[in-house]
Amino acid sequence: MNFLMSLITNLISGLSLGSIYALIALGYTMVYGIAKMLNFAHGDIIMVGAFAVIVSVTSLGLPPVAAILISVVVCVVLGVAIERIAYKPLREASPLAVLITAIGVSYFLQSLALIIFGSNQYSFPKIMTFSSITLGGLTLNGETLTTLIVTTILMIALSLFIGKTRIGKAMRAVSEDKGAAELMGISVNKTIAVTFAIGSALAAVAGLFYGTTYGFINPYTGAMPGIKAFVAAVFGGIGSIPGAMLGGILLGVIENLSKAYISTELSDAIVFAVLIIVLIVRPIGLLGKKTNEKV
Amino acid sequence: MKKYFAMMMAAVMAAACFTGCGSSSSTEGTEGGDGATTEGGATIVIGGIGPLTGDYATYGISAKQGAEIAIEEINEAGGVNGVTFQLLFEDDQADPSTAVSAYNMLMDDGMDVSLGAVTSGACIAVAEESQQDGILLLTPSGSQKECTQYDNSFRICFQDPDQGTYSAEFIKDNGIAQKIGIIYDKSNDYSVGITDSFEAKAAEIGLEIVTKQAFTDQSNTDFSAQIQAVKDAGAELLFLPIYAQEAAYILTQADKAGLETIFFGVDGMDGILEKIGAENQALTEGVMLLTPFAADAQDEQTVAFVEKYKAAYNATPDQFAADGYDAIYTIAAAFEQTGLSSADDEGFNEAMIAAMTEITVDGLTGTMTWTADGEPSKSATAVVITDGVYKAYGLE
Repeated sequence: MNFLMSLITNLISGLSLGSIYALIALGYTMVYGIAKMLNFAHGDIIMVGAFAVIVSVTSLGLPPVAAILISVVVCVVLGVAIERIAYKPLREASPLAVLITAIGVSYFLQSLALIIFGSNQYSFPKIMTFSSITLGGLTLNGETLTTLIVTTILMIALSLFIGKTRIGKAMRAVSEDKGAAELMGISVNKTIAVTFAIGSALAAVAGLFYGTTYGFINPYTGAMPGIKAFVAAVFGGIGSIPGAMLGGILLGVIENLSKAYISTELSDAIVFAVLIIVLIVRPIGLLGKKTNEKV
Repeated sequence: MKKYFAMMMAAVMAAACFTGCGSSSSTEGTEGGDGATTEGGATIVIGGIGPLTGDYATYGISAKQGAEIAIEEINEAGGVNGVTFQLLFEDDQADPSTAVSAYNMLMDDGMDVSLGAVTSGACIAVAEESQQDGILLLTPSGSQKECTQYDNSFRICFQDPDQGTYSAEFIKDNGIAQKIGIIYDKSNDYSVGITDSFEAKAAEIGLEIVTKQAFTDQSNTDFSAQIQAVKDAGAELLFLPIYAQEAAYILTQADKAGLETIFFGVDGMDGILEKIGAENQALTEGVMLLTPFAADAQDEQTVAFVEKYKAAYNATPDQFAADGYDAIYTIAAAFEQTGLSSADDEGFNEAMIAAMTEITVDGLTGTMTWTADGEPSKSATAVVITDGVYKAYGLE
């Protein structure tokens, strides 16, 4: 019985970790699905978003709602600016050049934050408090539940947005064939800018939940979750929005269970081993589609 | 040859400063280690290396600031044998190869005594170099065994494994707990060393280690699995031989998971109050740390030091600051013991090294004597965090 209880608790902890990965992976997969590029700076935009909240609340004394809005605006502006300055000039370049640029942008953001905030850890303001739910000896973390709900809502909203709206249609067209989309009167640049804006807004939300769950932010905060979320996105089938959510949650649960029952040191190795096996069996990821419509 | 040239340059520059400032007699040790000299007096250049930026910056900054205060005090009092001290401090970001280049830079600047490096890995690399040059190395806080493996190297802090041994003894002697859980950083030599010696001592004196959980530097933000294991094992005390950054995560997550053990850390956890932030301060209530220095101790020496430190840097000194301060006073005491009149005297290095085992220093971190192995002998105590301040154990 005790074993069962601790197993369930470990599952829930894994779910908590996984829901954060899922939230980050949503932004990753969305940008990949449409712009066909891996935005490695995505994790660092999360860090910037979290810092925006810290500065708004701690230094400027703004109310939580304003802080969240500011964080979203900062991330959107930053995301669009990065796309305009760093990625747009490389639209015709090889995917490898864009990939390297994205890594460069990631380091740039980390160093910039290091200069501004120093290497110290900042504690994230308690702007949202969730009471936990207790069910017969089991404690379900309020944050986990909220993160899961928010991720699910965002996933559905994003799928609807891409599937049903005019801009969504334009996005799908750009994703399939940039040249043809241009000929049909779709502004490729504008569409990709909108994609980055949405992706970055998602990063801001992820930053908010990361901060609330773990409580501390430093300039390197975004790096590791960013990589894990990328893995989650590939796991679930990169480009697929429900796939990102599924991949993220599975990744979190596998990671936490291997930490709890196999080895804390090997947990990352186990996670990547599972990824390799999945990719061998199903190269397009769990929910990836074979067609070109990877949206 | 290079060294003499550098010394001459330093002397010329110091003299230039002298005429330039137009000041006449008093001595001034200034922040950042600018030249300080008495009329016709010599200067001993102490070279410090430590992380001033990067993840471990708090340690280097603290040690540097503590050392600066000691330098200022000694020089204000007229130095030792008419000789004043000067501190040059280089940033190494806690990286061994950067530390070695910093060491070479300091040698070019005329370093007479090395403060080694603040962090263990960097210190080991620097010790290797200093052994070849034959100068005295006294690290404030390089706690790994190899930091003092050569005859010329000494330290102010405890050696890592000793901290584990002392912790186990302290827990047993004071009847703090019987069932112990451990969470440690397997990718960090410091953490592994303390864990090993703690386990050995615990087995010897009959403390029961109910679970031992590891993490690595790649997985140091989410500790839910380890905390759950500690909870399941029914530990009464959680021993945390880790750094403050990870400890801050563990304390917050343990609170959410409803883990109610006593938390016991060692010197690496010093700085936890700053890391965890003011709004989480309640989580540190009752946390115990094995440290020889408590900023709120009431003895005259500590009170005076804390007051000066706060005035100069607007921060409360931690153990690293106290280590830095004690290191400078130890160097001064060793120099006094040699009876020499300057660092240029014949046999300065050998005399300084020999003096280390002859002196007794009554420092902030206790009354210390040294063995030829470079290990200090002093008593260990613990502090308990109460309302966000360190209180000596038993007095809280």
